[in-house]
Amino acid sequence: MTEPIPKTSPKHLRHNRDVLSTKKLAGAGLPEFFPLDHPEAPPVHGGYVLTPFTQRTRTAGLLSSRRMLAGLLLIGVASLGLMGLGATSASAATATPTTKCVADATTGCIQGTIKQSNGDPAVGVKLTIAGGDAPETLTTDAAGKWGVAITVAGPYTVTLDTTTLPSGETLDPSVTNPATVTGGLGRNTGTIFKLSGSGGSSSGSTSAPTTGDTSAATGGSVTWERFLQQAASGIRLGLLLALASVGLSLIYGTTGLSNFAHGEQVTLGGLLAFVLANQLGLNLFLAAFLTVVVCAATGYFQDALIWKPLRKRGLPNTQLMIVTIGLSIALQYAFQFFIGAKTVRIDKANPVTVEIGPITLSVQSLWAMGIAVAVIILVGLFLLRSRIGRATRAVSDNPSLAAASGIDVDAIIRLVWTASAGLAGLAGVMLGLVLNGVNWQTGLQLLLLMFAAVTLGGLGTAFGALAGAMIIGMVVELTNLVLPGDFKYATALLILILVLLVRPQGIFGRRERIG
Amino acid sequence: MNEFLTTLTAIAASAFSPSTAALAIAAIGLNIHFGYTGLLNMGQAGFMLVGAYAFAISIVAGIPLFPAVLIALVAAAVFALVLGVPTLKLRGDYLAIVTISAAEIVRMIGRSSLLTDITGGSNGLTGQSYRGPFTDLSFLGDGQTTLGPFTYDNTGSNGWWVRLVAWSIVGILCLFVFLLMRSPWGRVLRGIREDEDAIRSLGKNVYAYKMQALILGGTIGALGGIIYVLPASVQADSMGRSMTFFVWTALLLGGAATVFGPVLGSIIFFALRLFVQGIAGQFVPDSIMNGQQAEQFSWILIGVVLMLVVIFRPQGVLGNKKELSFNVN
Repeated sequence: MTEPIPKTSPKHLRHNRDVLSTKKLAGAGLPEFFPLDHPEAPPVHGGYVLTPFTQRTRTAGLLSSRRMLAGLLLIGVASLGLMGLGATSASAATATPTTKCVADATTGCIQGTIKQSNGDPAVGVKLTIAGGDAPETLTTDAAGKWGVAITVAGPYTVTLDTTTLPSGETLDPSVTNPATVTGGLGRNTGTIFKLSGSGGSSSGSTSAPTTGDTSAATGGSVTWERFLQQAASGIRLGLLLALASVGLSLIYGTTGLSNFAHGEQVTLGGLLAFVLANQLGLNLFLAAFLTVVVCAATGYFQDALIWKPLRKRGLPNTQLMIVTIGLSIALQYAFQFFIGAKTVRIDKANPVTVEIGPITLSVQSLWAMGIAVAVIILVGLFLLRSRIGRATRAVSDNPSLAAASGIDVDAIIRLVWTASAGLAGLAGVMLGLVLNGVNWQTGLQLLLLMFAAVTLGGLGTAFGALAGAMIIGMVVELTNLVLPGDFKYATALLILILVLLVRPQGIFGRRERIG
Repeated sequence: MNEFLTTLTAIAASAFSPSTAALAIAAIGLNIHFGYTGLLNMGQAGFMLVGAYAFAISIVAGIPLFPAVLIALVAAAVFALVLGVPTLKLRGDYLAIVTISAAEIVRMIGRSSLLTDITGGSNGLTGQSYRGPFTDLSFLGDGQTTLGPFTYDNTGSNGWWVRLVAWSIVGILCLFVFLLMRSPWGRVLRGIREDEDAIRSLGKNVYAYKMQALILGGTIGALGGIIYVLPASVQADSMGRSMTFFVWTALLLGGAATVFGPVLGSIIFFALRLFVQGIAGQFVPDSIMNGQQAEQFSWILIGVVLMLVVIFRPQGVLGNKKELSFNVN
């Protein structure tokens, strides 16, 4: 490798290419392929660059690749292990104390009073309101009243958590739960949850079985059980986040584009699954499969119709980024146009929960985590082992160099768009199942976590996105232990800012990419 | 025909409403960030929210009007400082990601139940609680005044007084930006936008200039936030990501790096929305598109317009293509 190859002599070059076996490269302690612009890499010759593509090789002797594979396996093993321990169903969001809501020109109120069958106010009943703004959890106050201010008119879903009803009280059979109300600005909208006291005697059997559980229920202190529950939730969120953000990172890596419309791909997946599984009544697995296929197709056509022509026009990335913002706005309102602002459920049936050890988990969560782990491992193997996967990483590393070595950069980018959209769609389906519903801004909320995960791991590195997603997922859910639910996303974003202060290139990123 | 006239009147009314002025002010701030300096601030709504909260909370706490405005501006400056320190030395995307995240953090903290006593939680602060000192300053007196088809209270919550003040501020800011960008300081900013390294090689401290631009634009954004909440209420969710995107759309529609672009863009933004809504409301039967869907359709169109403007006319209505290179690094 020390001898420069005279470029004027094709014969000589050919000869060299034949002679340069991968074994020799590995023996010289050179990175096989991945860090072509690694600072320690020798000057690149045509023959050297081409070698990994002209010869299929089993020598995975590169340092970074091995490290990434190890990290990936670690994530997989850790998550599988914790899956054995169990996971939790929807995380218990901390209750918001009810305040008086005053309707004016820009706000409206949804409110009501819950009374027990004997006329006393039902105190401490939890309700979840989903619709225009972020879903909100409320608790009835001492007078049994609850209320929330809204800034977007439209249908809202009010779900009463029947497990928080006073002992002996049940929902009257005539009540629809969840109830859908149409909230308007400048007025108060109410809905009534009538209770009936059917089994007063059952209160004895629901007394706290052991010590410690009562404190966990009130949400005040950190207990081992709560920690385990939240950790399991964290792994679940991290896995789904990883699925969604790998694509974001790959798109960034291959095209340099920060895709602000990636969150809408996740929403699209969830909503498509709702239409297929809930509306059309397809089998859940079939619906999920079809959703992924359709989502992947949207990625393919998006690149074919929008992004490739714009790349050819030579539009700078900043401009393209603002185009993605426009697309994101258009898609969000398109979702509202067709589905509405309400939160919809993919699966009609109530989730079945399983208890393993101290942790409760829904069956769907288990499936989602299992599928996520499998898909992530497949993506990892694809990127590390297959030729196209290597080509993808090559384009991600240095597009011009990849093009110079005969890789069809446009085809790779098309593949990345397709796969990213498909993965995001899959993440959307599973998020919808796990979080018990999906609405037009599910993806929007996730997008910031995805950006945090991708930046934390290192912009443009696929495996960094996985690691970052696991960390962010954990942080978000564990924050719930000490802070109210409102803060759980805020902590993740705070970490993002701190990471940029200390190590702006992220965990797996390289210094020269950030400047 | 009569209904068409109603739509036109509604469009004209929205063209000089306080919200349009507030959006214009925020867009002027963003113009200093993006148009002149090339900073990708994706959290302008965060600056607005910080300003609105600081202003409203100060008034509620009993601080007089002008000190309260000052507090709001200082709060926005501190916010800009916090965001700028980690990101201004990095590539543009990082500022974008951090600003959008920080704006979300502000929104989440604002609507958090922990701070209900101070921020009003998700219900926000009602306009009556902080509007008093502002309306007390009015010299228009009580009663209503009719100008053409428009009738508003002279001083009431959403009347002529707040319109007068809001548009005066817009005018003053336009003049301010015009003078500022002719100054040597403004030329350095534009130089940074065009070629950071060239400016650095002239011995200028690019980092410091960027920071100053971020702070200046942010405080103007806070001013926009104050104007935005004066006729309404402080509601964390009304200044979320969508607001940031609207400010961007307005700026790019009108033309970044121009003095009047942000103002014109804001007016077009609201007019276009109402126009689409009005047309759809009248000519499309309810079975195809009901009132709510017409509104959503107008937003879809806003998104598409943003895409098309950026692709085909990145300089906007007023801009000069040479002026705006869009190459933020």
